[in-house]
Amino acid sequence: MQASADSTTDTATSWPEEIFAILQRFDVRQVPYVPDAGHSLLIQRVLGSSTMRGIALTTEEEGVALLLGAWTGGQRGVLLMQSSGVGNCINMLSLTQIFRFPFLTLVTMRGEWGEFNPWQVPMGSTTQGVFELSGVRVLRASEPREVKEVMQAAASQAYNACTPTAVLLSQRLIGAKDFTR
Amino acid sequence: MSQANLLDRRRVVAALLENREGALVVGGLGASTNDMAASGDHDRNFYLWGAMGGAVMIGLGLALAQPELPVVVITGDGEMLMGMGSLATVALQKPANLSIVVLDNERYGETGGQMSHTAMAADLVGVARACGIANAQAISTLAEVEAFAKAIPDLAGGPRFANVKIDAANLERILPTRDGMFILNRLRGSLGFTPI
Repeated sequence: MQASADSTTDTATSWPEEIFAILQRFDVRQVPYVPDAGHSLLIQRVLGSSTMRGIALTTEEEGVALLLGAWTGGQRGVLLMQSSGVGNCINMLSLTQIFRFPFLTLVTMRGEWGEFNPWQVPMGSTTQGVFELSGVRVLRASEPREVKEVMQAAASQAYNACTPTAVLLSQRLIGAKDFTR
Repeated sequence: MSQANLLDRRRVVAALLENREGALVVGGLGASTNDMAASGDHDRNFYLWGAMGGAVMIGLGLALAQPELPVVVITGDGEMLMGMGSLATVALQKPANLSIVVLDNERYGETGGQMSHTAMAADLVGVARACGIANAQAISTLAEVEAFAKAIPDLAGGPRFANVKIDAANLERILPTRDGMFILNRLRGSLGFTPI
């Protein structure tokens, strides 16, 4: 595994910490996830939080339905997944159009930047298109310094304007895996 | 497996909802939602007309957000089969206020009555138990339905799961509203939340 792209920048506040702080500020309570290496630090922070509940899923579309239930009951949530999980969500994303609830998902990207595994490429290269065809607005962060601003914008439009939003966290940001050696 | 003297689905749902008090009730895609409507429309009914496989997860999100209210998911065998993984997700979270009821007619009733997996092979009570929902039971009598309904307000006993074998009759469709924003804001309003 190569070093992640942010290892050369100021590590005082890493980008997952910035994401966590913004989620806290927006009073996010339910955090469904399918684990991904790129989300591991954020998941750790969520599981250690006294106000957020990390909810392990068996498949990503469960998280879309969960966030609707959470909002119906008065709580905000965010769905953490990897690009390969976005395809699993397609039909369930119709809920975001029928109910116009504050849907926010953070997606760690595979299959787009120095990818060694060809199996990640088909879904990774269609992730943005799948969201857009499903009515979900897409924002992207490719460098550590962008994350805070992008995340702030995404949380604002998702939670304040009930605009379904996905943040793609680029593979360039997370660092490409390489299991070939 | 097919059984004699199967229950009437409308009587089952009527018995489940008769003394619902503050309960929040999610109906899965298909006839279950019609059965809820047949028992009387309610501010705290959440009807699904799509998103097959999502009913239990909507119930889980609701149950975690509102731990002081009973949450009931009423769905069919086909819808439950599509979201079976959500039983494992529920078992991990242990929402004590959540009750899940599957109306099992062993068929896809809305699409021509094609046989479902529960007719010959799948045992959803076994699935729920194996996923970690210890309070899971097979129900075949109205007395058992009534006993289950009495347990729903107990906020400490869940998650509980019941698979109720019902007959396969195709009943008159009693259609609830299919306007999502109306359903959502009406339920949220009943909980004291205002529109954004």
